[in-house]
Amino acid sequence: MCSYIVEKAAVSGSAKGANGWMRIDTANVYFDHPYHAPLDHALAIDFVCEADGARERVAVELSAASARELVTKIMVALAIGEQAHAKPAA
Amino acid sequence: MSYDGLTAETIAFRGHNGDQGEAYHARPVRAGKFPGMVVIHHLPGWDEWITEVVRKFAHHGFVAISPHLYFREGPGSPDDVGARVRAAGGVADEQVVGDVKAAIAYLRAQPNSNGKVGVIGFCSGGRHAYLCACRLPEIDAVVDCWGGNVIVDDKSQLNAKRPVAPIDLSEQLRAPLLGLFGNDDENPNADQVNRTEAVLKRLGKTYEFHRYDKAGHAFFNTARVAYRPEQAADGWTKTFAFLRKHLAA
Repeated sequence: MCSYIVEKAAVSGSAKGANGWMRIDTANVYFDHPYHAPLDHALAIDFVCEADGARERVAVELSAASARELVTKIMVALAIGEQAHAKPAA
Repeated sequence: MSYDGLTAETIAFRGHNGDQGEAYHARPVRAGKFPGMVVIHHLPGWDEWITEVVRKFAHHGFVAISPHLYFREGPGSPDDVGARVRAAGGVADEQVVGDVKAAIAYLRAQPNSNGKVGVIGFCSGGRHAYLCACRLPEIDAVVDCWGGNVIVDDKSQLNAKRPVAPIDLSEQLRAPLLGLFGNDDENPNADQVNRTEAVLKRLGKTYEFHRYDKAGHAFFNTARVAYRPEQAADGWTKTFAFLRKHLAA
């Protein structure tokens, strides 16, 4: 179905798009018909900077299963990374 | 037999409020008078598949135009522009109706027009097609391909951009309507399709509904895994038969 549902996540960081690196402050997340991926529905994320007008984006369209896999791996990477970086230097 | 040639191009187009935008336009090259078709794209945007649909209509003897309904959010590639529109909650119904009205006027003004113009839309464009047919008496035939949210059960979904459920405007529908739906679709689901048909029947409207098993949303769309060749072939046959009947000069 075509839906107008968009979840907005406030993020802080940078993304590299067609014109090089840019700062980003928002991730627009939705699950709907993709533009490019050959899927009925895709979990899409558009990284934009609303403070700069959101004229550029860095986009991904993922299958539902791979989006969940990504979420899992993000959490794993964060957990391992934060633990590693919390260790006192040898 | 031989196939007719066609010409396709992106043209400048004045939409709602006279705003300058662009549209994809295709027409047969042979001399003659042809019915017109306005092709309304789906929510993700003005994509390659919709240009294929426009050319398909020209191949079958129609002059067709697909206005880029999101041009005001440009410049940019259609997919990026579509993402901006989605993030902003979509386009306003009033603006879409104005753009379609302008597209109809454009087609009627062409020297190869037979004076008749139909409208077809897919997904959210199917809803737009239904809406426009209720709002614009100059439409001669309309095809709603699995338009979702024609019926709005949760009134909290209505807002300033989409203030009225199209089903509530059905009394104003003047043009004959062809509806194509997949029985596995979730929006519109089978119950919503049945309820839409019940309204059209009660109001004495001219309509044809065709429901397809083993098909869901967007089953015409060759760019998606939702494509169902057998059902799509039948749907296109019914579409052209319906339009030739109602758009003959």
